[in-house]
Amino acid sequence: MKTRVYVTLKGGVLDPQGKAIHHALEGLGFAGVNDVRAGKLIELDLADDVSEADIDAMCRKLLANTVIENYRVERI
Amino acid sequence: MKSAVVVFPGSNCDRDLAVALEQVTGREAAMLWHRATEIPNDIDIIAVPGGFSYGDYLRSGAMAARSPIMRAVADAASRGVAVLGICNGFQILTEAGLLPGALMRNAGLSFICRDVKLTVENSQSIFTSRYDAGEAVTFPVAHMDGNYIADQETLDRLEGEGRIAFRYAEPVNGSAHNIAGILSDAGNVLGMMPHPERVIEPAHGKTDGRRLFEGLVETVAA
Repeated sequence: MKTRVYVTLKGGVLDPQGKAIHHALEGLGFAGVNDVRAGKLIELDLADDVSEADIDAMCRKLLANTVIENYRVERI
Repeated sequence: MKSAVVVFPGSNCDRDLAVALEQVTGREAAMLWHRATEIPNDIDIIAVPGGFSYGDYLRSGAMAARSPIMRAVADAASRGVAVLGICNGFQILTEAGLLPGALMRNAGLSFICRDVKLTVENSQSIFTSRYDAGEAVTFPVAHMDGNYIADQETLDRLEGEGRIAFRYAEPVNGSAHNIAGILSDAGNVLGMMPHPERVIEPAHGKTDGRRLFEGLVETVAA
């Protein structure tokens, strides 16, 4: 089963990469970009018997650093 | 006095750190490969070196923090063994939960490689006993992810408990409170971005870092 894990920086955490992308977009002449936040998408191919709790543990133990990042799991 | 240096694939300051430890302890440092599951009981000082462990995949230090040797390092730290993490070693110690907070991409998005002025904030720790509180020292930094971040409560606690060992004299990488190095709750773990092992002998141009290793050996031996 394919599962996607989206890892994003927490709200209050400054995102220098997002900021740089924002500036670059403005430099290219794109108006109306209010803010940019950069994150990661991790795709997992999992056996059918892997539980939601297991996936959550994977996120907490490795895929996301919960000091600075949030994660969202999407099973597809 | 026996010391050990942990070596990950991608570590590149392991030899420098071993040389620094050998110079002050007078004994060869044990090099411990990341797959090792045990740290010999007679090791008094464990050093986690700088570099690009596992190619900085996922996040700097993330993969190394989950390697077998780090479970042994955490066990040793809980027994009170001194653990010193420098640069990537600091990132690994935060990822492993031995130190609070996280190290993010430098605020300016550039790799920073130069000498920086630091202030020794705490001269009472086992790592900083040979410095004076408030003393200015110069160590080199060489990192992409040195921007220390922690929630306000953690920062207040670090400040209140005197656990900020070194602070940048002026902003370098966006670090909260200009934090360059922090101590663990129990004081036996130090993580810092600057490289004391690169300034230990006159041939390096400066020797400010040597006292960190001398002081550590002195207090651990006592």
